[in-house]
Amino acid sequence: MSGLIPEFNWREVVVQPWTQDLALTGWVMLMGFLVAAACGLVGNYLLLRRMALVGDAISHSILPGLVVAFLIFRHANTWIMFGGALAAGFVTVVLIEFIHKQSRVKPDAAICISFTTLFAIGVAMMSVLETAGTFHIDAECVLYGEIAFVGLEPPVVVNGIELAPPSVMRMGLVFLGIVACVILFYKELLVTSFDPGLARSMGIRPTLWHYGLMAALALVVVSAFEAVGAILAVAMLIVPPMTAAQITQRLPARLVVTVAHALASAVIGYHLSVWWRCSAAGAMVVAGAGLFVIAWLGTAIRTVLGRRNAAASAPVGATMES
Amino acid sequence: MNPEDTPLEVHDLTVAYHRKPVLYGIDVTVPRGQLIGIIGPNGAGKSTFIKAVMGLLPPASGWVKIFGQPYKTNCHRVGYVPQRESVDWDFPVSVMDVVLMGRYGHLKLAQRPSKKDREIARECLEKVKMLPFANRQIGNLSGGQQQRVFLARALAQESDLYLMDEPFAGVDAATEAAIISLLRELKSRGKTLLVVHHDLATAREYFDSLMLLNMRLVGFGPASEMFTAEKLQTTYGGRLTILSDVVQAVGNQA
Repeated sequence: MSGLIPEFNWREVVVQPWTQDLALTGWVMLMGFLVAAACGLVGNYLLLRRMALVGDAISHSILPGLVVAFLIFRHANTWIMFGGALAAGFVTVVLIEFIHKQSRVKPDAAICISFTTLFAIGVAMMSVLETAGTFHIDAECVLYGEIAFVGLEPPVVVNGIELAPPSVMRMGLVFLGIVACVILFYKELLVTSFDPGLARSMGIRPTLWHYGLMAALALVVVSAFEAVGAILAVAMLIVPPMTAAQITQRLPARLVVTVAHALASAVIGYHLSVWWRCSAAGAMVVAGAGLFVIAWLGTAIRTVLGRRNAAASAPVGATMES
Repeated sequence: MNPEDTPLEVHDLTVAYHRKPVLYGIDVTVPRGQLIGIIGPNGAGKSTFIKAVMGLLPPASGWVKIFGQPYKTNCHRVGYVPQRESVDWDFPVSVMDVVLMGRYGHLKLAQRPSKKDREIARECLEKVKMLPFANRQIGNLSGGQQQRVFLARALAQESDLYLMDEPFAGVDAATEAAIISLLRELKSRGKTLLVVHHDLATAREYFDSLMLLNMRLVGFGPASEMFTAEKLQTTYGGRLTILSDVVQAVGNQA
C-alpha cells in the first residue's frame, strides 16, 4: 500500500498548493468548480425528469461531432470543434426523441441505440483519418480530459489586463448563463418538470422547455469536455444533485447545495490529486462521490434514529395500529 | 348565441393513439354554470376527451372552442385537475409551491409569482382546509390530502371552466364530501365543471348533467334523462360486473 499511496505530507498537500503554485491551484480549482456547478445545476433537472442517461449519451456523441467538424472545415480551431461537438449533442437529443416517438422503443433503449451508434461512427471515422495521417485525436483526452492544462494556457488579455485562461473564461460564461436561466426561468422549468400536462394546458410548452434544457445540457457537457472528458462529465452531472437530494427536499435549496457541493469537491479533490499525484478531474469526482456517501449515510442514520425515537415515544400497542 | 354561454363546444372530435382511434366524432355543446359528470367504462376515452379539449393530445379531426375561441386564446380561462397518479409525489416541492403553479398561467415569461399570487394560493389552501400543511413536502401527504392540494391549485387558476380527471379516485369519505361541496360552490358562482367520474352509485346525486362516453358520445343531457337502463347499458356494453351495478343504480332510482 505504501508504494501505491504516497505518504500524507501536510505541507506538500495542503499548504504548498496555496503558497507556491497559487496560479495553477487557483485556475484548476476554479475550472473544476465551474464544471461541476454548471453540470450539477443542469443535472438537477435531468434527475427530476428521470433523464440522467441523456448526459451520458451527449458526452459520447461529441466524438463524431469533433471528427465531422474537422472534415468539413479542415482545421482544428477551438470554436469549430466546439460548434461541431455542440451540433452533435443536438443531433443526439433529436435522434433519441425521434426513435422514442416514432417506434415504441422505450426511452432507455432509444438513448443507448442513439449514442452508441454515433460513438461508433466517430470511432470508425477517426481511425480512417488517423490511418490517412491527416488527423489525430488523443483518445485518452477524449475519455478523461486534462484539467491541469488550464494552468498552461496563456491567459486572455483585455486592455493589457490579464484575465483568465480561455477555457476557464468560457466555462465561467457558461456557468453564469446557466445560473441566470435557472433563476429567470425557475417557474417554467419547475412546472414543465413536475406536471407537463398542466404546463401545456396553461400555454407553457413542455416540448420547447425540454429542448431548451437539452441545449443547455449539450452546452455544459461540451464546455466541460476538454477539462474532464466524456466519462467524468457524466459524474459531474449526477453526483452533485444526488448529494443535494439526500440533504434537502426543496428545489431551490437543492440548487444551492449543488453549487456548494461543486465547490467542496473541487477544493478537496485538488488536494487529493496533489497527495495521490493523480488526475485532478478524477480526484474531484472521487471527492464528490465521497461527499455523496457521507450525505447518504447521514440521511440513513437520521431516518433510523427518527424511527427509533417515534417507536420509543409511542405508547405500547400504538405501533401496531400505525 | 353569446359565446359566454357556451364554455365548451366540441365538434366532430376524433382522437387516435398510435393510429388506433379512441374517440370518434364527439359533438357536444356544454352550457354554462353546470356540474357535469363524464361517465363510461374503463378505456372509454374519458381522460382522452378532456386532454384533447386542452390540446394535450392532437386531434385526428374536429375542433374545440372555449367561450367561442380556440383553446390557445382562452387557455387562461380553463382550470385543470389531472389524475393524482400523473405526477411524481417525491418531487422536491412544498404544498404551497404546487398551489402557486396554478397562478403560472396568469404570469408572463420569467415573471415571478407576486405577493398577491401567494395570497390567492393561501386562500385556496384554506378553502380545502390544507393551509396548515402549506410548508409540507408533498410526498408526506395522504391520498386525500394530495387530491385537495390539486383542487386548491385548480382554484388558484381562477378559471371559468374546470376540467377534472377523477378527483374522487382513492379519497376517503370526508374528502369526497368536502370536494363535492366545493364543486357545488364553484357552480353557484357561475363556473362550469366537467368531472370524470367512475362511480355510478353517486353519479346521479352529484351531477346536473351527464356525458355518457364509450368511444362515441352515447348521450349528453340532464342526469335524470341520462340515467336510464337503456342508455347505461349502451354505454357499458355487456360488461357483467359493471352491468349489475347499473341495474342496482337504476333500481335505486326507481
